[in-house]
Amino acid sequence: MATFILNGETRELDVEPEMPLLWALRDELGMTGTNFGCGIGNCGACTVHVDGNALRSCVTPVSAVEGRDITTIEGLASVAGGANDLSPVQQAWIDYQVPQCGYCQSGMIMAATALLARNPAPTDEEIDAGITNICRCGSYPRVRKAIRALASV
Amino acid sequence: MNKPKLNRRKFLLVSAVAGGGVLIGYAATRPSRHRRANDSLASDNERFVTSWIRLQPDNRITVYVPHSEMGQGIHTALGQMAADELDAAWELVDIEQAPATDLFANDAIVKGFGGELLPPFLMGLVNASALTVARIANLQITGGSSSVRYTGENTIRVAGAAARQMLLQCAADRWGAAVDECTTELSHVHHSASGRSIPYGDLAEAAAELEPPAVPVLKDRSQFTIMGRAISRRDIPPKVDGSAPYGIDAHSENMLYAALRLAPVFGAKLASVDATEALAQRGVRKVVELEDGYAVVADNYWRAKQALELVKAEFGPTENDRVSSAELAERFDSALAEDNSSRDFESGDADAALEDAQDVFEANYRVPYLAHAAMEPMNCTVHIQGDRADLWTSTQDALGIKGRVAKVAGLSEDDVTFHHSYLGGGFGRRLPFTWNVIDHATLIAKEVAMEFDAPVKTILTREEDMRQDYYRPAVHSNFKAALNAEGRVTAWHNRFTGPIQVPGAAHIPYAIPNQSIRVVDVETHVPIASWRSVDHSQQTFFIESFIDEIAHRGRTNPYQLRMELLEDHPRHRNVLQVAAESAGYGSGLPEGRALGIAVQESFGSIAAQVAEVSIGEDGRPIVHKVTCAMDCGWVVNPDTAEAQIESGIIFGLTAALYGAITIEDGRVVQGNFPDYEMLRMADSPEIAVHLVESGNAPGGLGEPATPPVAAAVANAIYILTGQRVRELPIGDRDFSTSRSLAGRI
Repeated sequence: MATFILNGETRELDVEPEMPLLWALRDELGMTGTNFGCGIGNCGACTVHVDGNALRSCVTPVSAVEGRDITTIEGLASVAGGANDLSPVQQAWIDYQVPQCGYCQSGMIMAATALLARNPAPTDEEIDAGITNICRCGSYPRVRKAIRALASV
Repeated sequence: MNKPKLNRRKFLLVSAVAGGGVLIGYAATRPSRHRRANDSLASDNERFVTSWIRLQPDNRITVYVPHSEMGQGIHTALGQMAADELDAAWELVDIEQAPATDLFANDAIVKGFGGELLPPFLMGLVNASALTVARIANLQITGGSSSVRYTGENTIRVAGAAARQMLLQCAADRWGAAVDECTTELSHVHHSASGRSIPYGDLAEAAAELEPPAVPVLKDRSQFTIMGRAISRRDIPPKVDGSAPYGIDAHSENMLYAALRLAPVFGAKLASVDATEALAQRGVRKVVELEDGYAVVADNYWRAKQALELVKAEFGPTENDRVSSAELAERFDSALAEDNSSRDFESGDADAALEDAQDVFEANYRVPYLAHAAMEPMNCTVHIQGDRADLWTSTQDALGIKGRVAKVAGLSEDDVTFHHSYLGGGFGRRLPFTWNVIDHATLIAKEVAMEFDAPVKTILTREEDMRQDYYRPAVHSNFKAALNAEGRVTAWHNRFTGPIQVPGAAHIPYAIPNQSIRVVDVETHVPIASWRSVDHSQQTFFIESFIDEIAHRGRTNPYQLRMELLEDHPRHRNVLQVAAESAGYGSGLPEGRALGIAVQESFGSIAAQVAEVSIGEDGRPIVHKVTCAMDCGWVVNPDTAEAQIESGIIFGLTAALYGAITIEDGRVVQGNFPDYEMLRMADSPEIAVHLVESGNAPGGLGEPATPPVAAAVANAIYILTGQRVRELPIGDRDFSTSRSLAGRI
């Protein structure tokens, strides 16, 4: 039995301890906001927060998150405060019209949120180092713009 | 969406007939469709005023968009086009993807491409000739950068304008006023003489009784209130909170998941399977054997994927089991040397000009196969229940995919229900005729349906997605040029390997008197299809590099030479000038940097790009900035236009720096992002976009920014290093030993 706290709610799952968190979220819990991109922890489409740190859920077995706090894109707004409000990063993503196809953006937003939490005013070099997610549509210039705007708040 | 309604009611308008007798939309050719639209989709008191627009009694309007949203902002752009012509209040407009039924087939794209047959890249290379007009008139295809310029201009705007005229007529009739005394604004008709006004929603039922105007009058640009504005995209809010549905997100409690392994050598057949161990794993329901592969079906995708590795299977031999990229390259080169070519374009006498020339020089270019690598791996969910089926998949052609699934499942098209979703990237991979995954998912679901009543979601792993793609063709291209004593170019001689998917992509805009451009088709076993910008991405790299070579050879400034040879192409000259001036071409640059330039017309738009490049300490090229001037006629939404240009540049730059799919032992070597690398944040250059409005009809935007960037970067590298890049990719190439030509050119 795997137990973790997902977006503030305790969840118990009867799955193998080595099942990656990504597939527990998607297939067992129907939480499809976290996306499958590469399966090897390379592209970042599956990024979630575990105790506030960005982690690639496609290579994180559920046994590694036993009892820990997990936030997915679906829980980001409420974790940030208001029940129906968007988090500042989500709002900036709308203000700067960041997503195109949007498939990578759940992971991108989770990565940017974690980056800004530990470094509220990242330099361009720190943005380069902190955001390693792949966006095939090339939203990078807008991701950078949005993070810069959040950093200057 | 409302539940389908079966009760009969009066039907509304057929779609309009525009000037010149061209039928717009489809209802004019098949009037019954309109009634069916009302029957199936309109609730009480709601009416379709054209096939694309539904009015509701609360005065909301729904625009049905027959194109897939894959990040290009098409739902919003086409919504803007309808709403503006309709004089609707934007906040009262909802946008929905048109259902995948022939009610909402869209023939504007077929007419836009000029007639009975679509270009090969939209038709696929297989069986294209067998398709009839009747078949392709049922398209909901999204490709060829065509949605705004064809569907938007020829269907959606006309529908909006027709609806507006009818609403005006209804209000005038109701008030006993003349139509030309009435005006429309913000989803109301006004009669200023009497001070009356009425919301559109109150007129819907009366409008239903009217005939559509024969020739709806479209607005002049000066009258636009919604088109031309950087309106926020409607698809973005659900993309920031995780609620946007992609094909891969189809979900139900009883869903089953299939992991698929296809023959690694294209064309090989499955020879033997031992699934004993796989079947013993937790959650595994079934192992399905297919002609060219096998799948494990389980109650969780990870379980299916793990068990797939436990299947012991062998594939039969093929004649391509030893084929390698090196061998294919030799095949391409010898085909070019034999020159058993077909005419693509000829003018003057290039051979004679080469004979007579003071200076003749030759260059051989090549680019490799490329995978699409959309972020959402290929997937398809099918639930077959008796004689009907449900289908979920991300696709650039909902109708085509639905028809295909029906065919493979042995069902009637009417008995397959397609469920729309957003696409996690398309780039040509999700066009029709690239049927793997769709076919396989259907066959798997068919087998599963014999034992289980459950939808089956087939997902390719990233490795399978990369190794079972339909690739951008590898192309080799040989050039010869002749220069006279003054260094002026007199002949352009080009032989390249085909097939041609976009006719004209190898043609040049330059005024060179003698041209011979010919194609040599070479057969390989590697499946190919269209890849963002199709032939233009390869041909523009070749053409815009070789014209640069000619400039340097003739001791001319590459920008000046282009301007001189483009005398008859003012739009090309204009974008070149804007790009060059904005990028600071010819003025001072930081030490160690150089600018390369390229220009190309594709899909109705003209793009000029200037790349600012340096060579890093490790000898690798660094692209600091790309400036793009784009003439795409007039622009419906400047912000989504800019986003598409940024996207196109990064897509093209990714290919130029990193993109290579290679073949060993008949199969694709690369399998995931470490060996098929993508441009990421740290490599992403600054991008400056200049939209150069020319007043021409709208051009495409999804693709035209992709082709020029590789040549622009390569041309800068030549100035920095004296090395001419004739082969891509170059991101890991060491240029450190070469000498700079800066200051000498």
